[in-house]
Amino acid sequence: MAGSPVQVTGTVLTMRRVDAYHALTVVAPGIADRFRPGHFVTVAVGGPRTSTLTRRAFAVHDVKPDYGGTVELVFTVRGAGTAWLADRRARDPLDLIGPLGRPFPLPRDPATCLLVGSEYGAAALFALADALQQRNCRVDFVLGAASSDRVFGALRARRMAETATLTTRDGSLGVRGSVVDVLPGVIADTHADVVYACGPMATLGGVTAVCAEFDIPVQVSVEELMACGIGLCMTCTVPVIGDDGVTRMTRACVDGPVFRGERVRFDDVGTIPFDAHGAPGGDRAR
Amino acid sequence: MPADMRTYLAHVELPNPILTASGCAGTGRELAPFADVTRLGALTTRTITMAPRAGRPTPRMAETPSGLLNAVGLQGPGVDVFLDRELPWLAERGARTVVSIGGGSVAEFSALARKLTDAPGVTALEVNLSCPNVEDRGRVFARDPSAAGEVVSAVRTAARYDLPVIAKLTPDVADVVAIAKACVDGGAEALSMINNPVGMAIDVDRMRPALAAGTGGLSGPAIRPLAVKCVWQVHAALPGTPVIGMGGVTSGRDALELVLAGACAVAVGTVLFHDPYAGHRVLRELEELLQERGFDRLADAVGLAHRPSHRTDREEISP
Repeated sequence: MAGSPVQVTGTVLTMRRVDAYHALTVVAPGIADRFRPGHFVTVAVGGPRTSTLTRRAFAVHDVKPDYGGTVELVFTVRGAGTAWLADRRARDPLDLIGPLGRPFPLPRDPATCLLVGSEYGAAALFALADALQQRNCRVDFVLGAASSDRVFGALRARRMAETATLTTRDGSLGVRGSVVDVLPGVIADTHADVVYACGPMATLGGVTAVCAEFDIPVQVSVEELMACGIGLCMTCTVPVIGDDGVTRMTRACVDGPVFRGERVRFDDVGTIPFDAHGAPGGDRAR
Repeated sequence: MPADMRTYLAHVELPNPILTASGCAGTGRELAPFADVTRLGALTTRTITMAPRAGRPTPRMAETPSGLLNAVGLQGPGVDVFLDRELPWLAERGARTVVSIGGGSVAEFSALARKLTDAPGVTALEVNLSCPNVEDRGRVFARDPSAAGEVVSAVRTAARYDLPVIAKLTPDVADVVAIAKACVDGGAEALSMINNPVGMAIDVDRMRPALAAGTGGLSGPAIRPLAVKCVWQVHAALPGTPVIGMGGVTSGRDALELVLAGACAVAVGTVLFHDPYAGHRVLRELEELLQERGFDRLADAVGLAHRPSHRTDREEISP
């Protein structure tokens, strides 16, 4: 575990468009220092008298030592909060909390690592790729999205990885289909020892199923709606099987967002599994 | 000179009037990296239940204008794990802890009170009356004066005589004063209000309810006027009963509004999701506002808005 998270008022350094996405770089020294690949940050949106109270959570794309430490986030405008964020300009203040969550575990010995990212979820994988390469791991990428302008980081992936396989739903770039469709072939070609995946829940479920067939470990970073990001609100829970074999409604923010794929009950997301700890029916009183 | 911020819940003195609202401060441990929980007037736990509860399916949360709808479903590990792992952490640090309890029957409430009453570190019990009564077709205790009074009196009987019992009221009733009186008659030494009113949002893109549970509790600044109204009415009817005011407090001004309506303590809830340091900030702002207005003591401001309108000069009424 890295150090505990901090709440800081960062200063926006740059706001850029990267294909279909916005890339925001903030000077936030306390956060950059403590960052490990897989961590996320939350941002308060709407200014000091905001009417949008929930913090927005973003995976950290990269940290750099410039100006005492910068944090880069990649996001897409999906509502009022992200629209406000996209309007920030250099020197604007930004209330940030981070680094949050459980980062990606790294292999102790050099291994062949396959990094799978869907849409802007791919942004979280580049800092991981750097860390893996520093440990002499071989890195391969599979990146996918609905269309070519939504495939994040294709150029950088091609430059840094042994192989980079791209997929689009509409066939405008790379293989037509999803990252899950090409995964069996890529695993077989690269002889991957371990898979890391970021993206929507359905994609992660598909990736985990493929990895189970190949009997290789998979670490997934889940996306679940959260209000606070620090473990207070209990809204970002996912059914996860614990070390004792018991399924619990587990907070993605503090116990995740990175989980071992086979521990997450993807088919039961959005339900309370009947055998979960404390599920209705198991409880005499309700 | 800074105002004296001490306040009392029955005979229990709190060093300051800012509490956290139930279900908004986790176990205390989650808040600790950002704010010192021992410097709060008290920390209120999430509602503790007898058995572990998995809660409601996701999505559990939807953002609404100046508010938040939630349907968490009292997820928690149950009272035994709470006593074993969560309460000792707070007690060791010297945090004052109000334990919120919830049950499906009167018997369950009194069993919880018995289990908690002698545990070290419990400052008061808060009875979450917004639980469905399984013995009465799932109607919530908080909406029926006799059911609310019965639960409070069972908890009062089961708890040690010197442990204050606080009843938490919902604004979703025709007459909040009737419920408040029933709770005080049942033995409640203090009242906290308001719990979340029930609301609903529909996601127009998915064309489905935004929450998996359909309806959920509405919190945040959107409900503050409801809180002010309930505190005002209850303080007018029961001026001797301490009231913990809560509902959408985000600043010292908001806290002062509830104090002037009659609250002797104020809890921050949803704002902690936005800013985990909010409790301490609200306390500092409230202190400054009282000082600016020339108050020596917080107690002098409690319910002050009730004074007759022709007496506008504060010197006249402030001792």
